[in-house]
Amino acid sequence: MPKNRAVLIDQIIKQTMRICAFSSLFFLFLIFLFILIEGLPLFYRVGVGNIIAGFKWAPTKGAFGIFPMIVSSFLVTIGALILGAPLGLACAVYLAEYAGKKKKLFLKPALELLAGIPSVVYGFLGVIYIVPLIRTYCGGSGFSLLAAAIVLGVMILPTVISISYDALMSVPRTYREGSLAMGATKWQTTYRVVIPAASSGILASFILGMGRAIGETMAVIMVAGNALRIPGSILDPLRTLTSNIALELAYASGDHRLGLFSTGVVLLIIIMILNYLANFVIRQKVIK
Amino acid sequence: MRLPPRFVNTLVALLLDLVALGTVGILVVIVCVIVVKGIAYIDLNFLFTYPEDMGRHGGVFPSLIGTIFLVALSICFATPLGLGTAIYLTEYTKETMMTKTIRFGVESLAGIPSILYGLFGFIFFVIKLKMGWSLISGALTLTIMILPTIIRTSEEAIKAVPRSLRIVSHSLGATLWETTLKVVLPCAAPGILTGIMLSIGRAVGETAAVIFTMGSSLRLPTSLFDSGRTLAVHFYILAREGISMEKAYATALVLVVSILAVNILAYYIMHKVIAKYS
Repeated sequence: MPKNRAVLIDQIIKQTMRICAFSSLFFLFLIFLFILIEGLPLFYRVGVGNIIAGFKWAPTKGAFGIFPMIVSSFLVTIGALILGAPLGLACAVYLAEYAGKKKKLFLKPALELLAGIPSVVYGFLGVIYIVPLIRTYCGGSGFSLLAAAIVLGVMILPTVISISYDALMSVPRTYREGSLAMGATKWQTTYRVVIPAASSGILASFILGMGRAIGETMAVIMVAGNALRIPGSILDPLRTLTSNIALELAYASGDHRLGLFSTGVVLLIIIMILNYLANFVIRQKVIK
Repeated sequence: MRLPPRFVNTLVALLLDLVALGTVGILVVIVCVIVVKGIAYIDLNFLFTYPEDMGRHGGVFPSLIGTIFLVALSICFATPLGLGTAIYLTEYTKETMMTKTIRFGVESLAGIPSILYGLFGFIFFVIKLKMGWSLISGALTLTIMILPTIIRTSEEAIKAVPRSLRIVSHSLGATLWETTLKVVLPCAAPGILTGIMLSIGRAVGETAAVIFTMGSSLRLPTSLFDSGRTLAVHFYILAREGISMEKAYATALVLVVSILAVNILAYYIMHKVIAKYS
């Protein structure tokens, strides 16, 4: 009976597809499980406060304080946002409201290509061009918060641009037509009507940009100088959570390695909070 | 003092024009610097000879092969899984709590930074499963990392296939799978290919997740359990340890040009598809 066989095959395929679909959840579970299994014991042994609020990182001597790294991670992220968010938003506004069809066809993929450049290349160019520039004109060694913020500012552009652009494009045409019909100029319409209407999506793009910046590793290691303290100025070197893991994982063992996984746990929690926030902000708009 | 609105309007239009051009300028400058500096140090010998003295002399042949093996393996693992997930989500179920949970899982995977993939791959594949620093550990880690890209782009591509095609196929007596395999997938193929291309670009440029799972041995990997060094990792080590700026530029050129080529091809395919459907 060929017909029955076809139905049977259909059933088998369906179950196979279902297993595929659950694999993503399974992998997510595995990642959480293993990072937590390795990272949590130290929190019990040393104490949550001594790790999260501790100032001293000397993992071979039993000191696992990562507070300066948490602060540093947020500082570079905020720095990247100060540089990247306005620039990214401006590009998104230009693409969505001002660019002609032909220009858009060329500009949009070109801006998305920025996301394709590997982070090691960004870091390398940062070391070759931005670090010496800072050393010459601002002083210090050049390996600094400023250098990391500039490099990350460029790296978050594609995220900010593409999500802001989608948000701007989802504002109904009628909003714009209503405003223009009242005699508002194009910029007044954009500034007073379109951007406020797209604000939740734009905010989400900034939050996801933050997630990108805080999770970036190789570029930051290369330009940030990796010093183990809270930077006193934007010209001071710093070490982020991600750099801490990548710098020491290759040779760490025992408690030292567990300490790096604890750093990973903190990073994982920060990332999950940011992702949740971005989702929450986007959903707000849908409910409205 | 208030500026006249029309004046502001013109000024802003001009400024935005400059900002957008300036931002594209960043990409142009990056590519130009790498190409101009790298082109002097690159030739066929560089691609096809072994490195000597930690990469100070010679070429990148083992890294080139290592990169190709690693990326090919992870694409082979991730494509069926990702495509299966996309087909299941679009063709086999309605929107339920379960599909929402699966989508949440995919989104979360996409948001996890690559260093955490490195950390996970290191403890799970390298240590717990005792695969060591190897091609297979690296490939499995990258598989999970590129899975969200493949799922999302495949889903978009499958959703874009007109409903009428499916209905006609069903009315001819085809089962769901026959319809999916012979009608939906061929139509969605270019979109799915775009997703695969973008994933290749991402995998080629990845460093943090690869260096802790595949290691950084300079030998040519000849089995799944050999360690190896991808071009991106090789470039990172050359640049960070200051081994050779010339070789670093040359390696960067190979990296950037191959990634851009793959990405541009992906956009080109996508553009063709959009033009066809609209």
